[in-house]
Amino acid sequence: MLVGLEHYLILSTILFAIGLYGALSKRNAIVILMSIEIMLVAVSIALVAFSRYIVPLALTGQVFVIFIMVVAAAEAAVGLAIIIAIYRGYETIDATKINLMKW
Amino acid sequence: MHLGLILPELTLLVFAIAVILVDLVTQKKEVLVWVSLFGIVISAGFTLGMWGWGSYAIFNNQMAVDSFAIFFKLLFLGIAALVILASVDYTAKFANFRGEYHALVLLAALGMMLMAATTSLISIYIAIELTSISLYILVGLLKDAKSTEASLKYLLLGAVASAVMLYGMALVFGFTGEVGLGEIARVVQGMSLATLLASPAFMVGIVLMIAGFGFKMAAIPFHMWVPDVYEGAPTPITAYLSVASKAAGFALVLRVFYSAFGFPDWLSLNWGIIFAVLSAIGMTVGNVAAIPQTNIKRMLGYSSVAQAGYLLVGVATVGLSAAADVVGRSSVLFFLASYALTNMGAFIAIIAISDKLKSDQISDYSGMGKRAPLLALGLTLCLISLIGMPPAAGFMAKFYIFSGAVQHGLLWLVIIAVINSVISAYYYLRVVKVMWLGEPASAEKVPSSGALKLALALSCFGVLLLGILPGIVMRLAEIAAKMFGF
Repeated sequence: MLVGLEHYLILSTILFAIGLYGALSKRNAIVILMSIEIMLVAVSIALVAFSRYIVPLALTGQVFVIFIMVVAAAEAAVGLAIIIAIYRGYETIDATKINLMKW
Repeated sequence: MHLGLILPELTLLVFAIAVILVDLVTQKKEVLVWVSLFGIVISAGFTLGMWGWGSYAIFNNQMAVDSFAIFFKLLFLGIAALVILASVDYTAKFANFRGEYHALVLLAALGMMLMAATTSLISIYIAIELTSISLYILVGLLKDAKSTEASLKYLLLGAVASAVMLYGMALVFGFTGEVGLGEIARVVQGMSLATLLASPAFMVGIVLMIAGFGFKMAAIPFHMWVPDVYEGAPTPITAYLSVASKAAGFALVLRVFYSAFGFPDWLSLNWGIIFAVLSAIGMTVGNVAAIPQTNIKRMLGYSSVAQAGYLLVGVATVGLSAAADVVGRSSVLFFLASYALTNMGAFIAIIAISDKLKSDQISDYSGMGKRAPLLALGLTLCLISLIGMPPAAGFMAKFYIFSGAVQHGLLWLVIIAVINSVISAYYYLRVVKVMWLGEPASAEKVPSSGALKLALALSCFGVLLLGILPGIVMRLAEIAAKMFGF
């Protein structure tokens, strides 16, 4: 089987859908953060595949992915810090129980 | 290298680091306020110096230095200065983190300045995240239950929104093979409607990008975070979010949609209609949801969703006028400037009053006209401006935006907007009524510090100036809207 652009895009779409489902349905705040990381990975796969098949001579997509990885790391660090602060106050990280203010 | 052209940004970065270092060596934390204000003034000086130089594309087309960017940079610097002035007393609530607070306010301002100037998908993403991550931390800085909860909600929803936006960017990149806005525009212009219909991925990409930008603009349907985050965040940061972060989102939308997707006409018509529909829903939902609110910060949160709706009328006009004239763009710029001053003023008055009352409930504002006449007067002026009544700035802003929309066939949207303005008068005037006609809970005066008074006076002066002499700022906005270099 020849692996082409569409295979990568299908993989990326499935991963993105899994991530979005997890981010919207899970209760544990850390699992939500993990789901968001899955979404970012899906985007990265799509970018690299596009870059390889659409503009093979430029490295635009790859460079974009490196920036995404760096920013995602920063975001995860801040996210985990906030979750620790939440745990100190609420003694839980269940997103459905963090509801002092109505949504 | 083009380091000279990003001197304003570099200055802010240097001063943000300087604030953290000064915080380590000094016991007198008031110095931090002066250091950050000094940085903002120097940065604004450099920015002002660049007005009228023309347009430059720098760093391999990642950023543009044009009048449009400079207009917004000055706006963000002004807002950041007001936020810092307004939080001089408020920072006592997190006394250990004053250095971090001021540094993060400066870094968020830096991110927003970049948002107004970026011209490539990569740098847009980085600018958005620099702003967002600074603001996530600032929202949680109070470290009490509400504040951390607001911070978590903001972070999770913000991260999802930016992932969705990134997927849109990936699709647009895949369709065009380019990340620069100018290059994307060149590829798109050569395409026919038939090519596009054969590949809907591009349209899906545009819609997903609207989702990400909509989150920053706090526009419907990406506004779910707004009331909670506004209520939980430290009040100066609520003001910052509602004014600067929203304006940065609109700057980004104007630049991206005008310069990358502005041509051919059928494409700009398409997104013009999308924004018109979002605007109609946003105004209505925001205004109706604001009516039953009892917390003034929550009420202003829904009000800011409604104001985003009015602003989207202008964005829709930009799409429908198909880039023919500058009316749409310049009226959005004028509205943003007037909204910034007005909402800033309202929040400064709220900071001054709520800090002493230890309450954000509207009912506790009863009799504020007797207890703190000047604060109540300032708040009244700002609320009147938010309704859009003369002589305040909000009237002229709405006038410009609506008349532009009528010229380009958006009469139905303007009718909805005017009906909405009438609905909004109810909940804004309710606060005014409680303040002036309600019985004071105690005869005790509500004092406020000099910095707060100065900040409120500056905002109110701006609101009146824009309302009575709108021509000056409107002319600047027109120049800025014309000089959309890239």
